[in-house]
Amino acid sequence: MIWQLDLILVFLAVIAAVAAITVRDLLSAVMILGAFSFFMCMIWTQMGGLDVAFTEACVGAGITTAFFIATLYNTTRRTKD
Amino acid sequence: MVREFEDVIIQTLCRFLVPFIQLYSLYVFAHGHSSPGGGFQGGCVMAAAFVLIFIAYDLNEAKRRFGEKALLIFCCLGVFIYAGTGWACLLLGSNFLDYGFLSKVLPTDPVKARYYGMAMIELGVQIAVMAVMVSIFLDLVTRGEHEEILEEKGA
Amino acid sequence: MKKAPAFIAIIITAFLLIYAAEEFPEWADPNQPASLHVSPRYIEKTVEETAVPNMVTSVLADYRGYDTMFETSVIFTAGIVVMMLLRRPKKW
Repeated sequence: MIWQLDLILVFLAVIAAVAAITVRDLLSAVMILGAFSFFMCMIWTQMGGLDVAFTEACVGAGITTAFFIATLYNTTRRTKD
Repeated sequence: MVREFEDVIIQTLCRFLVPFIQLYSLYVFAHGHSSPGGGFQGGCVMAAAFVLIFIAYDLNEAKRRFGEKALLIFCCLGVFIYAGTGWACLLLGSNFLDYGFLSKVLPTDPVKARYYGMAMIELGVQIAVMAVMVSIFLDLVTRGEHEEILEEKGA
Repeated sequence: MKKAPAFIAIIITAFLLIYAAEEFPEWADPNQPASLHVSPRYIEKTVEETAVPNMVTSVLADYRGYDTMFETSVIFTAGIVVMMLLRRPKKW
């Protein structure tokens, strides 16, 4: 485990997580959530958990994003708050 | 997405990409025994291929390829394959999901029978996950109104 | 300032989590309890007993196969529940 790489990835994941709840556009929030899943996937990878990383990439970044976009297709794209 | 539309670039690209995604899904499933992967991940990748077809074409085309009844049948078939493998072990005189006793019907020794038993249940997980993910996506994107949208188009 | 209580709760939770994580064993420590009792059994016996090189698959599908079966049925139940909630019959 390289701690510099770990620090960069955790930093990016935290930034993506904070951005996902602060952005007003819901489609952007979904995309940033996909990016967050991707950073989590890379953190798992460099910790050695390849199966978990693969599942995170498939489910978190792939299918969940598709579900959120499918739901946004039927609702509004802007938040109220 | 739901309604019909024509876009040559997206449709050509999807027609080019979908076989490769499906082949990769089968690779992930088949190499789950020796590398990361397995039924769940392979099923998700396969579902992503169908979602791509649905995004590129419209609901009519997607349902022509993978109808509502077929989705329900595949959902149940996956869980049935998994549980059926366990029951087969039980009927052969062992515990539930103890694949070693499958060597009585498979032409292998008990250790290899565990290998093939695991391949069986991974197949069940792959089929169930693929069908459930496609079904949830279709229900979410059409609000569950498959028939109304199809009738609206006069199909 | 409606968000202030939530913010304070998050700070306290994060502090507690970091405080608890201090007690964890070091990452990839060979002397941690999980590496001493559970892992060697699977590492030594997996290929011998199941002929599968990937230990994760063998634990997931063979040693803990009952668990994975109900994981699959949870996904199946999720699909059925979405069908029940969203699909309406033609004439209501």
